[in-house]
Amino acid sequence: MYRKIVLGLAACLALSACGQKSDPQGAAAPSSSAQIAGAGASFPAPLYAKWAETQKAETGVALNYQSIGSGGGIKQIKAKTVAFGATDKPLKPEELQAEGLAQFPTVIGGVVPIVNLPDLQPGQLKLTGPLLADIFLGTIKKWNDPALLALNPGVKLPNLPITVVHRSDGSGTSFLFTSYLTAVAPKWASVGASDAVKWPTGQGGKGNDGVSGYVKQTTGAIGYVEYAYAKQNGLPHASLQNAAGQYVNPTAESFSAAAAGADWSKAPGFYLLLIDQKDPAAWPITGATFILMHKAQADAATGKTVLSFFDRAFSTGDAAASELAYVPLPAALKAQVRASWSAIVGPDGKPVFTPTAQ
Amino acid sequence: MTAAADVPSPTPTAPSRSAFGAAFDKGFEILCFSAATFLLAALGGIVVSLAIGGWPAFQTFGLNFFVSAEWDPVQEIYGAAGAVTGTLVTASLALLFALPLAFGIAIFLVELCPPLLRRPIGTAVELLAGIPSIVYGMWGLFVFAPWFAKHVQMPIMMSAEPGTLWEKITTGVPNGAGILSASIILAIMILPFIAATMRELLLTIPAQVRESAYGLGSTTFEVVRKVSIPYVRTGAIGAIMLGLGRALGETMAVTFIIGNAHGFPTSIFASGSTIASTIANEFAEATERLHAASLIALGLVLFLITFVVLALARLLIGRQANL
Repeated sequence: MYRKIVLGLAACLALSACGQKSDPQGAAAPSSSAQIAGAGASFPAPLYAKWAETQKAETGVALNYQSIGSGGGIKQIKAKTVAFGATDKPLKPEELQAEGLAQFPTVIGGVVPIVNLPDLQPGQLKLTGPLLADIFLGTIKKWNDPALLALNPGVKLPNLPITVVHRSDGSGTSFLFTSYLTAVAPKWASVGASDAVKWPTGQGGKGNDGVSGYVKQTTGAIGYVEYAYAKQNGLPHASLQNAAGQYVNPTAESFSAAAAGADWSKAPGFYLLLIDQKDPAAWPITGATFILMHKAQADAATGKTVLSFFDRAFSTGDAAASELAYVPLPAALKAQVRASWSAIVGPDGKPVFTPTAQ
Repeated sequence: MTAAADVPSPTPTAPSRSAFGAAFDKGFEILCFSAATFLLAALGGIVVSLAIGGWPAFQTFGLNFFVSAEWDPVQEIYGAAGAVTGTLVTASLALLFALPLAFGIAIFLVELCPPLLRRPIGTAVELLAGIPSIVYGMWGLFVFAPWFAKHVQMPIMMSAEPGTLWEKITTGVPNGAGILSASIILAIMILPFIAATMRELLLTIPAQVRESAYGLGSTTFEVVRKVSIPYVRTGAIGAIMLGLGRALGETMAVTFIIGNAHGFPTSIFASGSTIASTIANEFAEATERLHAASLIALGLVLFLITFVVLALARLLIGRQANL
């Protein structure tokens, strides 16, 4: 009996080995067959994979992106083991300077509070930043708290304890969320903003799945997830008051509004969180995800391949981004990013890549 | 191996073969030796690199790292006590739940099971060992936790007298995630290891020994209690410690179901964290030097705990063997 299993396994292995061998022969690369390696944030990984798949067919450039988390991405680009690193938490200009790194955003996402209350419609519950902070600090403990009732006349808020659910794993989502709370609620300063913080209350779920799992299973729970995840899973969100005093819902438009309204030209290294933007349509918890590259490229060809990959992605990849519920960068920002690439130079001191379009 | 290699025979008929055998034997010896030392070197290397990686944390916090339960990545204050407590509590509870079941399964399979059922049950136990831990985690979060909340946690919480100690140790978020759920999932995960090893151990008892006991008129219970268990006691402790070792280091399943709150767990339904879950949660995004160092230091602490457990098991086995 064991022999059969062993034989079967051997046959499988042999088959898969043959499959692997025949693959590269079957798919003839159209032009160059360059390979670029990147590593980092898991949030944009599905999109980078999609872009890579499209471009592999079009240009033959193969992207090997390892979604190991922003921390890993930063470490690996510093160690120069990858051509680019990816991070959800932008590095500060001083740190970029010290490491000789260039940084640019690729796509926009955001964080959405999700709630589980009986008979609640998505967007029906209105929250302000300070109230959200009070809930996550554990100072507002019940759904029928006077402050919540005053803000939500006509919404049936039950006498139910609020269960706070946060991310247990370090993540750019938590970083954006806590940065927002820090920005809008002075009280949150005791906790601070980071990709992992000392949560004053509540339960930690692993990943977006873990958080939404806990929220779905607990009546009276409130948590936060990435916009793409909330959209694809149809989770009931709360609407938030933005800096202009408007109550907005998380949509592609409200994220775009936040990105378009920001003044990126005064942000060296594109170090900008799109939190609490002034635009009346802007979703308050918005942020971009970033790429890190060394300004001095040891191998000009590699740098050129990476930049032309993102250049092409900016030109042709918006539809793919929207399909996966990411928000493409506004055109003006794309132009600024392309202009910033002139700082990435090869050994000869010349920019490794000059965008032709736009 | 040829006979010539085993028995040095100076017959001149096959000198070349004997010489080859001797040389081969020497090579074989070196191979085995290097295999063993390679393992030791790897183990030593892991300890050393953990110690080096975690050094900044030990240096900054000193003894506080082991006694403080404060874990604050923003203020950069790290203490391992909460995670260590969570690890020890969940692993011990898991062992407590798994042990009687594992004994029952093993004894049933060896002593009582009709031959027709022996195969299916035995295979089922082994299959349980083959399920990846992430699957246990998902199942725990999406299937077990809601059921547990509805049928176990809520009734207990609602029946607790207000103001009593019992109420205090049974408060928690009623969604089934917490210390107790994590321990139960862990118990299911280590069950097959203990049960399968225990069954193999019980099968090593010579049939004459058991049959003599039956021949003397013992009941099944008496045979198990007075003959089988004493016979395999040494090995059984080893099996239990293997299970405990796995429970201490289990990562994914626990991370999904334990609720992930730093600090000391306050009740059996409260959220907690273990060393492995904390590392799994935070290592990927630990960008600050001290944060990463503290997580590596946690790894070293887990290593030491596991080492102590195994050493204790060895000690127990040694003592038993001497008796």
